[in-house]
Amino acid sequence: MIHQYKLNGYNIVLDVYSGSVHAVDEVAYDMIGMYETHTGDEIVSEMLKKYGDREDVTEADLYECLDDIRSLKDAGKLFTEDEYAGMAFDFKKRSNEIKALCLHVAHTCNLNCSYCFASQGKYHGDRALMSFEVGKRALDFLVESSGSRRNLEVDFFGGEPLMNWQVVKDLVAYARSIEEEKHKNFRFTLTTNGVLVDDEVIDFANREMHNVVMSIDGRPQVHDRFRVDLAGHGSYEKIVPKFLDFAKKRGERDYYVRGTYTHYNTDFTEDIFHLADLGFTQLSMEPVVCAPDDPCALTEEDLPKLFEQYEILAKEMLRREEEGRPITFYHYMIDLTHGPCIYKRISGCGSGTEYLAVTPWGDLYPCHQFVGDEKYLMGNIWDGVTNTALRDEFKLCNVYARHECDNCWARLYCSGGCAANACHATGSITGIYKYGCELFKKRMECAIMMQVAKAVGKK
Amino acid sequence: MKRIETVETRDLKASVKTGGCGECQTSCQSACKTSCGVANQLCEKK
Repeated sequence: MIHQYKLNGYNIVLDVYSGSVHAVDEVAYDMIGMYETHTGDEIVSEMLKKYGDREDVTEADLYECLDDIRSLKDAGKLFTEDEYAGMAFDFKKRSNEIKALCLHVAHTCNLNCSYCFASQGKYHGDRALMSFEVGKRALDFLVESSGSRRNLEVDFFGGEPLMNWQVVKDLVAYARSIEEEKHKNFRFTLTTNGVLVDDEVIDFANREMHNVVMSIDGRPQVHDRFRVDLAGHGSYEKIVPKFLDFAKKRGERDYYVRGTYTHYNTDFTEDIFHLADLGFTQLSMEPVVCAPDDPCALTEEDLPKLFEQYEILAKEMLRREEEGRPITFYHYMIDLTHGPCIYKRISGCGSGTEYLAVTPWGDLYPCHQFVGDEKYLMGNIWDGVTNTALRDEFKLCNVYARHECDNCWARLYCSGGCAANACHATGSITGIYKYGCELFKKRMECAIMMQVAKAVGKK
Repeated sequence: MKRIETVETRDLKASVKTGGCGECQTSCQSACKTSCGVANQLCEKK
């Protein structure tokens, strides 16, 4: 399967199953489009009709181009067949090793954002803080369940994890105390709304956290529409200086300022550029996840605007890079030569299998987005995963389980997408959240175009 | 090739043999937490 598209002056051909990317001129673009359905003579004849008045297009040259296409096909870089479908069934036998936990250290929050998927941090339940004992047992459970995996990831999540900061610090200290003996490497992430960030938090996080995710939506009026405190006051003025200090002091270490865009700011690149102009360089902006009847939900009419926004973003990022002031955008960070292997591309995010969420009281869920939905309770950190039927269901939730993805060119870039989004949209974890698919495909086209521009455009 | 330039990419078919160590980052554990893909994850093998 191939995918062809034109963007920012580039003609791009993706070969889905080999992962190859080709930048071609418009003649080769058309010829590749016809290659599987027409004879060579038909293609040459058609090209002569269309481009025959151009000096650089001759019959001999067109036959040479046909040879080039054929040689790429022979080399497994064009029109490659799917040889992975059979492999997907082996995922039934996938190991039960766990390598990542999302620790819900605080089911409470000091902001009251109406668009919050976690219902203001409470996940449709009671307010709660994770005790050190529960957190420690969760870390032990992770180590015990991780087999030979060395890199273990732990995300301190909420609600707002800084509302349980001492426990976070104590858990980091505990993990560090056992990692050498257990031959593990803990990578911690902290996701925060910034309200309680101070010098002590910054120093600790910059020493211990592999990544920090700072939640901010962009322009003041956009941020303060949703991200308000319990009294209804916007939090922008309070958090921006703290986040700037945090990011500056992280130096070379990873962080993201991560925003959510909604129906109210479909011009979200203005928010990304606002954050960039403030001085943040590692950026992420996500479409809101909410019920379709929510006023902030994105609509079908919004889609063309959003597509345009992603193109604006890609072009502006290329421009800023040329000017020596680059920014990164999470979804555009594609490394074509050192990206994920085919196993990762088929198996996806690992929710419910190698990645689980832990509630403040030690229950296990497939991921943070399922917390609070009792149907998806998987077990607890003392007894382990006891709902093995549910685990098996998630084990098989790979790109080949979604037949709506069968003919989609993006399937090995998204792995079939987010199980939680699919579940919320269709009632099934192997369903498809079509709106998310459209945005994902557009982001991939932009991300690959940027790589093409960097590889080819400079020549 | 006059009309086609191939950008260097990882050969996915070859990764059937070389991949699968499982040490890479869990996709959703980084920034997004909502709209996960795998394309932007890095391979941990050097």
